[in-house]
Amino acid sequence: MQRRNFIKATAVSLALATAGLITQPAIAADTIKVGILHSLSGTMAISETALKETALMTIAEINAKGGVMGKQLEAVVVDPASNWPLFAEKARQLLTQDKVAVVFGCWTSVSRKSVNPVFKELNGLLFYPVQYEGEELEKNVFYTGAAPNQQAIPAVEYLMSKDGGLAKRWVLLGTDYVYPRTTNKILRAFLKSKGVAEADIMEEYTPFGHSDYQTIIAKIKKFAGEGKKTAVVSTINGDSNVPFYKELGNAGLKATDVPVVAFSVGEEELRGVDTKPLVGHLAAWNYFQSVKNPANDAFIKMYKDWAKKQKLPKADTVVTNDPMEATYVGIHMWAQAVEKAKSTDVNKVIAAVGGQKFKAPSGFEIQMDPKNHHLHKPVLIGEVKADGQFNVVWKTKGPVKAAPWSPFIAGNDKKKGEPEGK
Amino acid sequence: MKAGRAVFQTLAMIPRFFLLLMLLLGFAAHAAPDPAVVRQLAAEESDDKIAAIHKLALTAEPEALAVLQQLADGTLKDAKGEDITINNRVRRELEGALAVLKLIDPDATVRFKAVKEIASNVDAAMAPMLARARDRETDANIRALLVEAHALATLKDADPQIRIAAAKSLATSADPNTKAVLKAQSEPANEAETEVRRAAFQSYLAVEDRLTLAETIGRIFSGLSLGSILLLAALGLAITYGVMGVINMAHGELLMIGAYATYAMQGLFRSQFPAHEDWYLLAAVPVAFFAAAVVGILLERTVIRWLYGRALETLLATWGLSLMLIQAARVIFGAQNVEVANPSWMSGGLEILPSIVLPLNRIVIVGFALFVLALVWVLMNRTRLGMFVRAVTQNRAMAGCVGVPTGRIDTVAFALGAGIAGLGGVALSQIANVGPDMGQGYIVDSFMVVVLGGVGQLAGAVWAALGLGIVTKFIESWAGAVIAKIVVLVFIIMFIQKRPQGLFALKGRFVES
Repeated sequence: MQRRNFIKATAVSLALATAGLITQPAIAADTIKVGILHSLSGTMAISETALKETALMTIAEINAKGGVMGKQLEAVVVDPASNWPLFAEKARQLLTQDKVAVVFGCWTSVSRKSVNPVFKELNGLLFYPVQYEGEELEKNVFYTGAAPNQQAIPAVEYLMSKDGGLAKRWVLLGTDYVYPRTTNKILRAFLKSKGVAEADIMEEYTPFGHSDYQTIIAKIKKFAGEGKKTAVVSTINGDSNVPFYKELGNAGLKATDVPVVAFSVGEEELRGVDTKPLVGHLAAWNYFQSVKNPANDAFIKMYKDWAKKQKLPKADTVVTNDPMEATYVGIHMWAQAVEKAKSTDVNKVIAAVGGQKFKAPSGFEIQMDPKNHHLHKPVLIGEVKADGQFNVVWKTKGPVKAAPWSPFIAGNDKKKGEPEGK
Repeated sequence: MKAGRAVFQTLAMIPRFFLLLMLLLGFAAHAAPDPAVVRQLAAEESDDKIAAIHKLALTAEPEALAVLQQLADGTLKDAKGEDITINNRVRRELEGALAVLKLIDPDATVRFKAVKEIASNVDAAMAPMLARARDRETDANIRALLVEAHALATLKDADPQIRIAAAKSLATSADPNTKAVLKAQSEPANEAETEVRRAAFQSYLAVEDRLTLAETIGRIFSGLSLGSILLLAALGLAITYGVMGVINMAHGELLMIGAYATYAMQGLFRSQFPAHEDWYLLAAVPVAFFAAAVVGILLERTVIRWLYGRALETLLATWGLSLMLIQAARVIFGAQNVEVANPSWMSGGLEILPSIVLPLNRIVIVGFALFVLALVWVLMNRTRLGMFVRAVTQNRAMAGCVGVPTGRIDTVAFALGAGIAGLGGVALSQIANVGPDMGQGYIVDSFMVVVLGGVGQLAGAVWAALGLGIVTKFIESWAGAVIAKIVVLVFIIMFIQKRPQGLFALKGRFVES
């Protein structure tokens, strides 16, 4: 049975590959190639696979409406396999061999840092769809996810408020790499500015792919037992979240006692977890699937239909999440900019992306900042519901301008609000 | 926590106070819940919602209770037919109000939960009520909790003697919250009377001792749990590498096959026997064993048997095999992790003390590791097959001379090792992620255990796994997971330098070496 499947699958993929080879040159003349650089295997596949699907769906949507400048888009999908140096190799391959006009990709900041020099050297164009730590402004990158002031800071402010539980002690828990370390550095400075003492902050890191959270949970319990209201800020990334939340549920740490707010956990990551013990734990994003507006209804329906058509695993239960929305918005903004620039030339497109507007599924017409390569985004805080969706408990009145250079890191006040060499 | 919410809490406690009074005195007004108040539950502001909850709770009507329960379950609809949503703050108040209403429930388990909920958030105003509830309570466990809750409530009493009595009676507590309260009470800023401070401080020390003990127990348990997982991952390797001397880099993939077999059984049970879904795991045990054993036989017959005695070639060949197995899993099951759910009898935890909850899935895995270990021990020491394996290991030529079919024994022993790895995969599927490359994360740990334990020794693997588990957990608890991993690796390197034969040296000798 397994072997037969294997043979069948191999045969199918060989056939597809051959078909691809034959048809490619025929249509290459009047298409625009776009690269998709997301891990389809390894620890980040849990999060990034859905972004590849969203990108392909959006490209199909644009193609169905006549493409960009009358040309069809052609996606080139590569798998960097959660391997950071491989991201750089694959990015180089996309830019030099496939000659793509733009790349949509990356999730972890370490992967983005790994491809940045490649995009700079070859003057490529990257749309990065995930919330991140800021402290960066590259001419060749557009950031469609949140900067710290569009996610981390409002989330912590919420937990300090009366409705958030008036938290006084903080556990900063993350995976050990650049995004959690930098975010926690910013949060630490922010908490100190709010009068939180050093002794009331605990910082903990685990390696990528860590799966044994017993000690961490025990430590959190002990820390929370010292008397003041405690909240946990989690920047755990990738599939470690599944064992983390499983352990949290099994250990009986309830959201009413110690709320956990996560910055990298959305609907997609919670699909593999029993969410009943997790009701009330929080996530801060700029979009939730549960947001109600026509643009979002259409977006969700489009993705569900796509999942069915593509026969994705468990297609009947697919969900949408924030980075998927950011991918969707990013691709549309790029397409609009190409139409405006009447060219796919990277420098012309970069000049045209700033100021683009798009009616996003988050319910707002969001705008790419004319200068700083970041989107103006609304901030939403949601609590996990028993069905794995989020119940929005707090949101900003409108989109917030991104501050990639956080004022809580020394020396940032002198940095310019737009990329060098533009 | 107390300081910031004091004003609000006092306000919130008043309705609970009267409610409890009415409940315990046994009279309650009879009226359907006021529709205006029910509508207020859908208010925008949390304060309005909370006020409505208290109004409803105050009526102590079964209908009002039902409405509140619906709100807690998230099934209550507003005028437009949409679910009324609540945030953590409202949920906390709601659970408190419901707990008070449930304090007179005839079901002891409901009362137990209710008292626990109340105990986490007591106020001085509740003291007389808690005393009455305590006196009526027949269940000893619930009574003990009520005694503690009552003591917490009277810790702020105006009479110093009552405060002293309360502080003294709290010495038997094992709750971290109580410790924090006692600590605050023993500080001059919060307590004027020296006597009370002294009593509170003594109780604080007693509670702290108990909590430290609980913490140590918890740490040892998590060490045991990690050790049992390492053991399950490494036991198969202890046979294939330790006993047979095959450096099997595809060992991790045999674990993966066991985990995917569990996933497949889960799918089968979900579609075929949904009523018995919880028992898929038991069915997965033999299936995973045989699936991994069959793959083991294939590997041995086709590749490894031609390479016996050539360690480097075996290493490269099995590494290649591991890549092929990973890719096969990707093709068949997809590159993404698959979801393997804990059966309901393995979800949740066993509360030993208020500060330690031992997760059931980990307890089951420790038991399962013991079972597998016993199985391997019996097979190796009490069966003819085990005797042959040991004979071939000790002296292949002589074993062959006396009629042991050495070639076939190699295959069977390798299949056994692979099957045991499959069993390890079943256990891993319950706590870690199941994906095509999950095995890669365990191969290094498995070799570490076998090498540290001493090649050729099953007992060595057991001690090494438990030792590594507990040491890792103790280092983790003060230095963090990242440092712990580094320290353990450095320790093993130094240990192997000093003692290359591992913890337990094999007595006798390998003829071929």
